Amino acid sequence: MDGYTIISIAIILMVLEGIRLMNSPRTAVIGNTLIAAGILGVIVLTIIGGGIIGKTDLWVGLAVGTAFGVVLAMKVTMTQMPQLVALLNGLGGGASMLIALMVIGAQTSKTSVMSCFTAALALSVGSITLSGSLIAAGKLDRRIRQTPVILNGHTVITQILLAGTALLLLLLSGNITGQTIMLSVLLMAISLMLGVLGTLHIGGADMPITISLLNSLSGLAAAIVGLAIADLLLIAVGAIVGAGGIILTIIMCRAMNRRLWDIMNPPKSVGKPGLSPTATAYVDAQKDQQPPAVASDEWLRSAKTVVIVPGYGMALAQAQQQVGQLCEILEEKGKNVVFAIHPVAGRMPGHMNILLAEAGIPYDKLCDLEQSNTLFQQTDLVIVIGANDVINSAARTAEGTPIYGMPILNVDEAERVIICNKDRRPGYAGVANPLYDKDGSVLLLLGNATETVKHLTDELKKFC
Amino acid sequence: MIPIWILLVVFAAATAVGYKIIGDVPSLLHTPLMSGLNALSGVTISGALVSTALAVHTGNRILGIVAIVLAMINVVGGFLVTHRMLRMFRKKEIR
Repeated sequence: MDGYTIISIAIILMVLEGIRLMNSPRTAVIGNTLIAAGILGVIVLTIIGGGIIGKTDLWVGLAVGTAFGVVLAMKVTMTQMPQLVALLNGLGGGASMLIALMVIGAQTSKTSVMSCFTAALALSVGSITLSGSLIAAGKLDRRIRQTPVILNGHTVITQILLAGTALLLLLLSGNITGQTIMLSVLLMAISLMLGVLGTLHIGGADMPITISLLNSLSGLAAAIVGLAIADLLLIAVGAIVGAGGIILTIIMCRAMNRRLWDIMNPPKSVGKPGLSPTATAYVDAQKDQQPPAVASDEWLRSAKTVVIVPGYGMALAQAQQQVGQLCEILEEKGKNVVFAIHPVAGRMPGHMNILLAEAGIPYDKLCDLEQSNTLFQQTDLVIVIGANDVINSAARTAEGTPIYGMPILNVDEAERVIICNKDRRPGYAGVANPLYDKDGSVLLLLGNATETVKHLTDELKKFC
Repeated sequence: MIPIWILLVVFAAATAVGYKIIGDVPSLLHTPLMSGLNALSGVTISGALVSTALAVHTGNRILGIVAIVLAMINVVGGFLVTHRMLRMFRKKEIR
């Protein structure tokens, strides 16, 4: 084994230890630093080993990238985190795409079939990651329509593009035509289109799954580039990222009771997004009714144990600071407060946790799905903030609906529930929530979450 | 040149070990985990540096430098933002 291999193995072990330390909030900062140091090691190793020290233009590239990276990381808000992660993911894919293009450009007639094939595959996967992530980032940033966009013949076009990709991969592996540059540019174009088509049809609620899958693809692209240029470090680290993305994808799919296949394939027809016909009828029947006039102040005052359930609505209204204040006041009044967090609440895995951490909520108050569901039976009051599908008890009973079988937070087991949602409309899945009709133990506060939560906080302040 | 079977074994082993370790990360930390992994995928920076250093045509060299910039934004932006997020997680006492 030469020095390069030994150092590579040391770096891989360091990265793995860093990821292991990410399993607890106490050690996660050290873990992240260790991973970052590992990558710094990779860069230093490459610069020294590759004889790059004297090449000015490469240093300029490094400096420019660093500057942009620092600015992006410092300016982003916690609410914007999903789109930033999607964007950065795309850039990683883009880098893999360009490297693959250069590797193909440098091929000679003596290059092995395996090297040719892996380079072409890296080009394709990198391109899909780039365009797919950019579309996802656009959707998350609400620059592109968030509801599914389905083109005429979406499935057929996708199948043709896939067939084209397979053919080009085969031709490029052969390395015989002498047209490698033209073929690889064509492959890049087709793959970019595949990435666009593959994400355009995905709706807002499926974003946690999409973003996890794209994360996995960016790692895979790096690993395949590693195979193409026979670099152990790239292969190992890329594979680790690929595995991580897959784990998150599986967790998200389970938490939504969705199959990956259904998400990746465009739906057959375009319904009114997020609202099934029955749901629309339900909304029409309900919309003129005012919420029942139950005194929420009395509920707040008498409750001893309170569980707060945040959802995407809290992120959308940027109400996390208000929620933090509500929690603080409730605790001042001697109440026991915890947060129940569903794995898919928000726009990316774990999104609610970082928003609440930003609002100063200590992490030992943030309970996951299993923990939370052991609490509700002994809970006096649940306060739901902008969550819908994840508390919809129809998931237990309404067979045939999209959410049937999805694990939910059983808030209906608690004595009383206050729901601060924007309106009475069903959530993304379009299934009416029976909770809304439970007069007596459920109170709906409709409107922007920032205002309704502030209203609750003010009411609570009045009673000393 | 390292034989291809070794490369494939490394790929499979890293996937398996990564799968085991990452599966232990609680859902509390899934967002920082994802952005950290994301930053890690910028490891392609090493491929970008090597390929660009070897590039002879100007066109290829420009492609390479763009790749370096993209990978570097991915790495630096990703780790910094993960650090920012992780520092927000605190226990009750410090509040």
